[in-house]
Amino acid sequence: MWSIGPVGFAAPWLLVALAALPILWLILRAVPPAPIRRRFPGVALLLGLTDDETQTDRTPWWLLLLRMLAVAAAIIGFAGPVLNPQDRQPGTGPLLVLLDGSWGEAADWSARMERVDALLAEAARDGRTVAMVSLTDDRSDAIEFLAADAWRSRLPGFAPQPWQPNADAHTTFLTRIADLDDFDTFWMSDGLQRDVRADVLTELEAKGDVTVFESARPLYALQPVEFVDGAVAVTALRRDPGAETEISVSAYGRDPSGVDRALAGLTLDFAEGDTTAEGQLSLPPELRNRVTRLSIGGARSAGAVTLTDDGLKRREVALIAGREDREGLELLSPLHFLEQALVPTADLIDGAMSDILLANPDVIILADVTQVPESADVLEWVNDGGMLLRFAGTRLAAAEVGRGAEDPLLPVRLRVGGRSVGGAMSWGEPKTIREFGPESPFFGLPVPQDVAVTAQVMAEPDPTLSERTIAALTDGTPLVTRKRVGDGQVVLFHVTANAEWSSVPLSGLFVAMLERLAVANRSAQPSAEDLEGTTWVPQVQLDGFGELVPAGTSAGIPGETLAGGVAGSDLIPGLYAGDDRALAVNAVARDTALARQVWPARIPVEGLAVDRETPLKGYALAFGLVLLLVDVFASLFLSGRLSGPRAQTAALVLAALVFAQPAEAQTVSSDQDRIDALALAATAEVVLAHVVTGDRQVDDVTAAGLRGISRTLFQRTAIEPADPIGVNIETDELSFFPFLYWPVTATQPTPSAEAYVKLNRYLRGGGMILFDTRDAEVSRFGANSPESRKLRELAAPLDIPPLAPIPQDHVLTRAFYLLQDFPGRAAGAEVWVEAPPADAEQIEGMPFRNLNDGVTPVVLGGNDWAAAWAIDRNGSWLYPVGRGFAGERQREISLRFGVNLIMHVLTGNYKSDQVHVPALLDRLGQ
Amino acid sequence: MIQTPAHLRAEAEGLSAPFPDLLAAAEHLASTVLLGDHGRRAAGMGDAFWQFRPAQPGDPLRRIDWRRSARGDEQFVREREWQIAQSVILWIDQAASMGFTSGDHDTKLARARVLGLAAAILLIRGGERVGLTGFILPPRAGEAQIERLASALLTDTGDDFGEPEARGMLPHSRALFISDFMGDPAPVEAALAKAADRGVGGALLMVLDPEEEAFPYDGRTIFESMAGRVSHETLKAGDLRGRYLERLADRKDLLQGWARAAGWQFDVHHTNDSAHAALLWLFGAMERV
Repeated sequence: MWSIGPVGFAAPWLLVALAALPILWLILRAVPPAPIRRRFPGVALLLGLTDDETQTDRTPWWLLLLRMLAVAAAIIGFAGPVLNPQDRQPGTGPLLVLLDGSWGEAADWSARMERVDALLAEAARDGRTVAMVSLTDDRSDAIEFLAADAWRSRLPGFAPQPWQPNADAHTTFLTRIADLDDFDTFWMSDGLQRDVRADVLTELEAKGDVTVFESARPLYALQPVEFVDGAVAVTALRRDPGAETEISVSAYGRDPSGVDRALAGLTLDFAEGDTTAEGQLSLPPELRNRVTRLSIGGARSAGAVTLTDDGLKRREVALIAGREDREGLELLSPLHFLEQALVPTADLIDGAMSDILLANPDVIILADVTQVPESADVLEWVNDGGMLLRFAGTRLAAAEVGRGAEDPLLPVRLRVGGRSVGGAMSWGEPKTIREFGPESPFFGLPVPQDVAVTAQVMAEPDPTLSERTIAALTDGTPLVTRKRVGDGQVVLFHVTANAEWSSVPLSGLFVAMLERLAVANRSAQPSAEDLEGTTWVPQVQLDGFGELVPAGTSAGIPGETLAGGVAGSDLIPGLYAGDDRALAVNAVARDTALARQVWPARIPVEGLAVDRETPLKGYALAFGLVLLLVDVFASLFLSGRLSGPRAQTAALVLAALVFAQPAEAQTVSSDQDRIDALALAATAEVVLAHVVTGDRQVDDVTAAGLRGISRTLFQRTAIEPADPIGVNIETDELSFFPFLYWPVTATQPTPSAEAYVKLNRYLRGGGMILFDTRDAEVSRFGANSPESRKLRELAAPLDIPPLAPIPQDHVLTRAFYLLQDFPGRAAGAEVWVEAPPADAEQIEGMPFRNLNDGVTPVVLGGNDWAAAWAIDRNGSWLYPVGRGFAGERQREISLRFGVNLIMHVLTGNYKSDQVHVPALLDRLGQ
Repeated sequence: MIQTPAHLRAEAEGLSAPFPDLLAAAEHLASTVLLGDHGRRAAGMGDAFWQFRPAQPGDPLRRIDWRRSARGDEQFVREREWQIAQSVILWIDQAASMGFTSGDHDTKLARARVLGLAAAILLIRGGERVGLTGFILPPRAGEAQIERLASALLTDTGDDFGEPEARGMLPHSRALFISDFMGDPAPVEAALAKAADRGVGGALLMVLDPEEEAFPYDGRTIFESMAGRVSHETLKAGDLRGRYLERLADRKDLLQGWARAAGWQFDVHHTNDSAHAALLWLFGAMERV
C-alpha cells in the first residue's frame, strides 16, 4: 500500500487524476453562470446601459476553488485513503500474553484490555495460538495455548488484583512455563520495578521474542497514614520522578447521616525529581474518627486508596474525679496518671456529666466517684456501647454504693471498708499481681514484679465474681473486674488511679492495661507476637480498582499473617476485625517505594495506544458532497436566484440541517412538570385520593366512589372537595392528601421499601388510610379471604397501632351524623380502628368516654364503601345497594359514614370534646 | 383575479363609497352648453329653485309664479339656479407593461383600472359626464355610463407600452391619464401639448410596481419587456441599479415638468400602497385644476 505520512491509499493510481484539475480549472473558468430571463417593464429605461466590469463573465475564483476542492475530494476519496495502514509482518508460533495483573495496571485497565484485544485479533488473523496468564493469579496448573478467539471472549474475566505479584508468584510462573515449547511473549507490564522480573525475562527470552507493553500514564500510590503530632500524616508516592506535580487526596467516611462522602481533602506537591510527597491533614477528632479511607483523586487503583483502622481513630475519654483537685498536689490528683497515660493516644474531655454525655465519648473514667451523676442516662449510654471505667478510692470504700445489692454501674458488690495490706498498721506484705489468665483481656502482658498493691476495695463473693474478675492479686482478690452491660461494659479498678494505694499507675503495665481495655489506642503497628493466635475476619476488602467490596463470607486469617502486612493473594487488602479492634491491610505498605522498571535495551517496549486502520473514503466523499452543496448555494447566490421565497426556503433547510438538535431535555422538565401539576392539583383544594392498585376496574370504581362521596360532602357539609386523584404510592408525594382510600386486591404488587418509608411518614404526619378488602359479602372481614391475607401482607411493615372494632362511643359515630353501623355495599362486617387506650373510663353521667386525642391513622374494613358511593359522570349511582327502600337506606348510611370519616380526618376529635355532650344528648333523645 | 365588468364595478364602487361626491370645479363653462348639476350660485338655466323676484315689465306671463303671487298683490317670478355639467375624459394605459406585478399585490393595470373607474363613479355621482379619450366612449352622464366604462376598460391592448390617446378631447374639459409612463415619453408630451391647446386641465397618475422602484436584481440577467419585444442583457444586474434609478427619477422629473407646464397635476402611486391614498389624491387633483 502506497502511503503519505499516516495515510495510505488502496488505489493510488487514481490520484493521477488530480493532475487534470488545472485543465478543469480553465474549462470551468470560461463558463459563466447561466443568465436568468426576467420580465421587467422597466427594461425601456435599461436600454443602452452597459456593464461596468467585464471580468464577471468568468466564474469567480473562490467558486472555482470550491469546485476544485470538491472534485479533488472525490478523487482522493475514490483512491481509498486509509489512516494508520497496518502492514506489519505476521507473527508465527504460539503467543503468550503475560499480564502483571497488579493494581498498578488498574488505572488504564480498559486501555490495556483494548490493546490485548487488538493483539489477540491480530493473532487470530495470523492463526496463532495464545495463552494469557496473569502473574497475580496464583494458579499453578500448566499453561494451555488456545485459539486467540477463545481468549478474546474471556477478556472480561481478567481483572487487576489489589496486590503486586511477589517472588513466589514469579517462581510459580517459571515452573509453569518450564516445560513449554518455544513461544513469543507480549508482556503487559505495570511498569513497577521488581527484582524478580529479570529472571523471568531471561526465561522468556529463551523461549522466544519478548515485547513489553507499558503505559506512560503516571502512577501514584498512597502509603498508610499515621497519626503524628495531632495530625494525620499523609505520604504519597509516584513511580516516575518528573516535573513538579500536584495531586489531591480526599478523606472519605460516613457523615452523621450515614452517607459515605468526602470529609476532607488536601493537596500534595511532588517536587521536581522527587518520588514522594508528604502532607498533613489536621482534622477535629469527631471528623477524624469518621475517616475510613483516603484516596488520590482521579487515580483509580487499589494503590491510590489507603484504608484507616483504629490507629487513626482517637478515642474520646471523659475524666471525672470524685474530689476537687487540690492545688499544688498534682501528683496526688486522682486523674494525673490517667491523663499522663492517655494524652498521647486519646482525646480527653472534661466537664459536667450532662455535657459529657452529649459529646457521646467512647469511655468515661470515674476516679473514686460514689454516686454517678445522671446515672440513668449513663446506664443508657453504657447499654449503647459506652465503656465506664471506675477507679476505687477512699470514698468508694466508705460509701454505701453496691453494698447490699449490685449497683448497675458497678461490676460487683463491694464490701465495707476495703482492706489495706503491707502498711505500717497491717500484717503481711504488699500484694503483687497474679499472671493474667487466658480469659483475661490482659492475657500475655508481662507482670512486673515490682508492682505492689497496698490497699484495695474488696468484692463480695458472688457466683459471678470469678468470671467478672479480669485481673487479680496473687492472693486471688480481684484487682480489676468487668461486667458487660448491653453493648457496653463497666470496669472497676479496685485501686486508686493515683499511686496512693498501689504502684500500678506508675508502671508501664497501667498503660498496657488501658490499651487492652481499648481505652487508649495502640500507637504502633502490632507485631507478630502480639497477634499470635488471634483470628481476624475481613469486614470490607479492596478490589484492584480501589473500590470497597463487602468481604462476604471470606474466611478469617491468622494474626501472624496479618502482622506481616504485605498484601498478596493470602492477605487481600481490606479492613480486618479482631476482638476489640480493627486492622487495615493496604495494597501499599508503609515501606513500599515505587520505581520504574528498567528493561534491557534489546527488549522493545511499546505503549498501549492501538493504531486502528481507519478508512477515510467515506469522510473524503462526504466532504466533497458538502462542498458541492455549498457550491449549489454559492451558484444560486452568484446568479441572483437566491432571493425571495427561495432564499427563505434555503435558509430554513440549512437551519434545519445545522441545528437539528435532540429534544432530550424536555422529558426531564416534563417529569418535573407532572410532579408540580400533581402538587398544585392536590393542594389548591381539598382532594380525596385513592391508591392505584393496577387493577383497572377496581381503580375506576374507587375513583367513582370518591367522586360520589366528594359530591355528597360538597352538598351537605362545609367540605368542598375537588375531583379525587389516584396516587401511585411508589412515585407520587403522599403528604398532600389528608385521606387515602386503599382498595385491597389479591393481585396488587407489594410496595417497595421506599414506598413503605413514605407511607409510614405519611401516617406519622397525620394522614389516614382506609383499607377496604371489599370482601365482606363473601366472608366476614378478618376471615381468611385472599384480600385479607393480602391486607395483612401489605400492612405488616406499616407503623399501625393496636386495633379494635369501632367502639360504640368512638368519635366516628358522631363526627357529623350519629351512626352506629358503617355499611358499604355490604353491611354488618366489623370496621377496625385504633384501639382506645386501656385506661379510658366512662365518667358517671357521661355517655362517652373521654377517648384518646388524635385521629386513628387507619380504618380497616371490607364493606366495599367505594362501590356504594360510586356515581357516574351524570351523577347517578353506578351500583345497586341492597334491595328497594332498605337498600337506599343502606346507601344513605354508607354515605353518612363517608361524611363522618372525612369529617374525622379533617377535624380530628373535635366532636369528642365534652362541650358537645349536651347537644349530642339532646339529639340522641336521652 | 378574473375581471368581469360587474366585478370591476363592484370593486370600484366599494372603493368610492366612503368619499363625498366629487364635484369638479368648472372654470370655463361657456362653451359647454349642456345643463348639468353644477349650481353657479347665480340665477340662470337649471332645475333647482333659486329665488322669487318681483315681476318686471317684459317678463313673459308664463314665468309668473302664480302660487307665490296669489299671496299678495305683487306678481313674482320664480328664478332657477344656473346649472352646468363638466366633461371628464379618462385614459388608462392598457398595454402589456401594465400587467406586471412582483408579488402578491395587484398588477399595475388592475390598480389603474380600479382607480380610474372609482374616480369615474365619483364624478358621475357628482353629475359630471365621464368618457374615454378617443371616440370609443364619448362623455355621458348617468349610472349606465359606469357600466359602459367598465366594459371599455377591460380591453387589453397587445402593445408593450401604451401611448396616450389625445383625440376627442372636448375643449375646456377635464382629463385623467393613468399609466406607468415607461414607454417613449414623446406621445405623452404631444398629448399634453394638445390638451393645453384646447384648455384641457387634468392629472397624470404614474402607477409603479415596488420592484420597479427598487430594482432588487442581481447576477446575470436578461430583462425582457412584458410582450417580449424589447430585451436587454446584463452580466451583473446589481451594477445597473444606480443608473436605472437615476433614469427613473429623470423620467418622473420630465413628466412633472410637462404636467406643470400644461397646468396638470402629477403624482406617482405604487401598487403595494393603499388605493385610497391615490383616490384621495385624484379627488384633490380634480378639485384643484
